[in-house]
Formats: sequence, structure tokens, C-alpha cells
Amino acid sequence: MTDLAKFADDVAESRSYLLRFARLQLRNDAWAEDVVAETMLAALEKPQSFGGRSSLRTWLVGILKFKIIDCLRANSREVASSVNTDEDAELEDLLFVPDGHFRGDTYDWPNPEQTLNSKQFLEVLDVCINQMPPTMGRVFLMREWMEFSTDEICKELQITSSNAWVLLHRARLRLRECLQLKWFGNGPAKTST
Amino acid sequence: MKFLRTCREVAALVSEREDRALSATERAVIRAHAFICRRCTKWEAQVSFMRKSMKAWGNYRD
Repeated sequence: MTDLAKFADDVAESRSYLLRFARLQLRNDAWAEDVVAETMLAALEKPQSFGGRSSLRTWLVGILKFKIIDCLRANSREVASSVNTDEDAELEDLLFVPDGHFRGDTYDWPNPEQTLNSKQFLEVLDVCINQMPPTMGRVFLMREWMEFSTDEICKELQITSSNAWVLLHRARLRLRECLQLKWFGNGPAKTST
Repeated sequence: MKFLRTCREVAALVSEREDRALSATERAVIRAHAFICRRCTKWEAQVSFMRKSMKAWGNYRD
């Protein structure tokens, strides 16, 4: 097999890996399919620009992020009109008592380093992110995965910075509950012994 | 600005610290609260763990 054919195969094999990120970030399967196709095309058109300095997947994800930004901009009207900053408005009322204290006990999360190296844990994270309401999930991944600043998020989604901070805060509260339930609590297998 | 805040307010500040530069007063509010509240200290650790998890999630490949 030629190097180029091998390269094309490796790119093709990364499709489902890329799709997983694109779906979670865009919350729209058709758009996700499009950006992944564009990413793979861009990679196949310029195989020489992959210098092998990083792994192929890291390089592809770098291209994917640009394609996602393009997609959000091209669909900015639709993206902005689907934004709902009221998502999970009652969440804080559930997690805090009326005088402002945390309701119930809060949790200890043991073995953080070990946890981060667990493939199963990262799959649980996938599930938890997927369960966030759409706007919250998008904002959270724009911040934590695309590494946008709050200002950039506000500009892309046409929301105020206080809306963005509230959504990010609720996303973290929700993620904490989800991880507690599905990983640290009495959930399925853990890596700790 | 009120110095002593509820956990609900402090928890939001701890979260916002990941997303914007807090004022000196806001940082002092978090530190003061940490002396009297173990639950919010745990929340601080969890927020920083979640940030690290998301980094690991983004670098995950298999």
C-alpha cells in the first residue's frame, strides 16, 4: 500500500472519532456529518501539511475545530434563534436550600489522577455532556473544548456575558451531579481498587 | 458589597473564576468562605477536577 493510500485509510478510520466531538458540540447531526466530511476532505487534499509532529487525530481535531467555527458562523441566525438561556433554571433551587446552603452532603471524589486516565470515565463524561440541554451543552463545550473566551461565546451565540456565566455554572453543577451518580457514587465499575 | 455570602453565591463565583477574572473582593469572599464551609471547598476541588477532566476528554483517543 502506498503511503498516500495508508494516509487515506487512517483518515477514514478517524471518522467516528471526529463525529463524536462534532455531534456533541453542534447538537445537529446533519451539520456534524458535514463538518466531519469537510475535515476529511481538507486532510486528504493536503496530506503534506500533516507533518507527523502530533498524532493524526490531534491534527484532524485541529482542522475540525475550524470547520465547526465556520459552520456556527454560516448558520449563525439559526444557532442564535435556538439559544435558550433559561435551560435548567430550577437546577439551583434543587441543589441549594432556601437559605443558600448546599442541600444534603457534598461528595468526596477520590483518586482524581487515576480517574482521568480511565477510558471508562471519559465515556461517562461523554454521556453526561450529551445529557445537557442543547444550549448549555454547546456553551460548555465552546468553553471547555474549543477554549473560547466568554466574549467569543457571547458574540457567536448573541447572548450576554451573565447568561454565559450562568449557563456555564449550571453546566458544572449538572456535570457534578451526573459524575456523582454515574461514576463516583454507586454507579458501574470504577478503576480504583 | 456584602462580604459574607451564601454557598449558592460563592459556588457561582467559584465557577465564574474559570471563565473570567474575578475582582480582588470576589477572591477574598471565596477565601473567607472557605474557612467556614467545607462543602464549598469540596466544590472548588470538583470544579478544578472537572476542568482537568475536560482536557483529558479532549485529548482522548482510541
